[in-house]
Amino acid sequence: MTSTSPIETHVAPQADHGDPARSWLARIAEGRAWLFLAGLIICFEVWSRLSFGATFVLNPFNVQSIAIFAVAPLLLATGQTFVIISGGIDLSLGFIMGLAAVVAAHATNMAGVAMPVPLAMMLGILAAVIVAGVPGVINGLLISRLRIPPFIGTLGMFGVARGAAFLLAGGTTVPVQNSWFALLGNGRFYGVPYLVIIAAVFVVVMHYILSQTRFGQHNYAIGANVQAARRAGIDIRGHILRLYVLSAMCAGLGGALYAARFTAGAAQAGEPLLLDSVAAVVIGGASLFGGSGTIFGTVAGALVIAVIQYGLVFVNVEPFWQFIAVGLVIIISVLIDQAQRRFSGARQDE
Amino acid sequence: MNSSEQTTPLLEVRHLSKHFGAVQALNDFSMAVRPGEVVALAGDNGAGKTTLIKAISGVFQPTGGEILLRGQPVTFATPQEAREKGIETIYQDLALADNLSIGANIFLGREPMRKAFGFLPVLDRKAMAVAAKQTMGRLDFHVSRLDAPVSNFSGGQRQAVAIGRAVYWDAQILIMDEPTAALGVPEQRKVISLIHQLKAQGRGVIFISHNLQDIFAVSDRIVVLRRGIQAGERRISETNHDEVVKLMVGG
Ligand SMILES: Nc1ncnc2c1ncn2[C@@H]1O[C@H](COP(=O)(O)OP(=O)(O)O)[C@@H](O)[C@H]1O
Ligand SMILES: [Mg+2]
Repeated sequence: MTSTSPIETHVAPQADHGDPARSWLARIAEGRAWLFLAGLIICFEVWSRLSFGATFVLNPFNVQSIAIFAVAPLLLATGQTFVIISGGIDLSLGFIMGLAAVVAAHATNMAGVAMPVPLAMMLGILAAVIVAGVPGVINGLLISRLRIPPFIGTLGMFGVARGAAFLLAGGTTVPVQNSWFALLGNGRFYGVPYLVIIAAVFVVVMHYILSQTRFGQHNYAIGANVQAARRAGIDIRGHILRLYVLSAMCAGLGGALYAARFTAGAAQAGEPLLLDSVAAVVIGGASLFGGSGTIFGTVAGALVIAVIQYGLVFVNVEPFWQFIAVGLVIIISVLIDQAQRRFSGARQDE
Repeated sequence: MNSSEQTTPLLEVRHLSKHFGAVQALNDFSMAVRPGEVVALAGDNGAGKTTLIKAISGVFQPTGGEILLRGQPVTFATPQEAREKGIETIYQDLALADNLSIGANIFLGREPMRKAFGFLPVLDRKAMAVAAKQTMGRLDFHVSRLDAPVSNFSGGQRQAVAIGRAVYWDAQILIMDEPTAALGVPEQRKVISLIHQLKAQGRGVIFISHNLQDIFAVSDRIVVLRRGIQAGERRISETNHDEVVKLMVGG
């Protein structure tokens, strides 16, 4: 406890400091995801007008499609934001989502035999979220009690959840027979898809938890300095357990909404979304070292990815360019972050 | 200023021992701290200074001997228990969450809440900022930006935040393990002046340092440890560098 290592400061300043150049850079670094988003939208707008003489962003159909497109990755990324801020990572979220989608389909169908349609739908969603919590509990216990690094523990759970999801689905997709569920996934309220409304409410609740509760505050502290958090009397084990249950349940909700949108549960529902979720968090301004990040940053990050993916299809570019574009945005994002850290780090001890 | 030797010590350790297997890190060690007194703990590397403060602050149990708080025998199963009894240890590696504000660090683990819109519990950041300002003011330490993360502050300022946290929660005994070791000279002065403040407020301070300059600048008494044994105790006014060095190295 008396090591002489200097204090590590992986943390981006979150406020301006009176120094104009520094606060300017900090603001850019902080809001970079929104800048990316604006830049991308402008690019696609120009591209679309030049190539097709049509608007990109002013077309409500495009906006809706992008929003729906972003919902599932965003749900995963919201849970991932908490985990990454704590200094961890959750690699199992993609297949927990798949497992939840299959559970939602099965549970809704089974409940539909015995009870009214809306009730069966609610039961299906509840079952998906609760079942998703189980691998979350195991992740949390592995990491907090047995001290397995999050990367390894959740990688193991990635495999377990994957196998369980395919077994439960019998190797195929499980169609949902429930008209309310289908409506939830595809209906609109005054033109706004229900899915987007649910995601928006969810995001606001998660923002509240992260920024306004002790749980959120402790999450930042643990990510910055777990020793300090422990000395301050925070129950680290309990926190880590709840943290991974929370992220798994986010994926559970993501799975249920997937089943609603496609009126079927599929084990591979979240497979491509795991890396997108990490990318959204990083583009959103969080540090993989832990200690920084925000929910609204992640929202912007998820939208950046959705706009790239949808936009490139819209302007008729081969889909493989998506991977390259998202990859470049991640790299640029991290470079901005590091430049900003170096800049503020150099002036730390004046 | 002067500690009257008659008052009951805030903290007293009697015949304290700590063995790690065959290693006798601390052996039959006794000392006392009175209100408003700064006691320096000096000794070579491996002398047992850290072991002593860990035994006092509940990090581990002593093998033998007893700890008395205002004359009452106490045992601490955890550092938390010691802290609840008013013994705060400030480690040299600065136990702060760098990404949080001063207020958030002071309240870490026991954050005040308020009700937004009359029903929604939210962190009371304003209360934290106000307490931070007052506390740092009591330490004669003024910051303009109370919402900035402490990573923006210098090492000495962060040390002050850690001390401020102890003061806010009304620690009566502060134990500082090499609080100036990682700091530049001006910053060391600042910490020394903070210790003077704590003394003036009637708290007891145990101050571990290698730096005799610092020790003579701030302490009332010095206790020297050598290979786990109390090698000597002197009033600062009645000793000098030479004598202390001799006590430390022996012979
Ligand atoms: N946890 C431990 N296990 C075994 N030996 C220890 C432990 N902690 C300290 N020691 C030993 O106890 C002695 C005193 O160490 P320490 O209290 O750290 O000295 P100081 O802080 O004065 O440099 C040293 O010989 C050290 O190796
Ligand atoms: Mg030591």
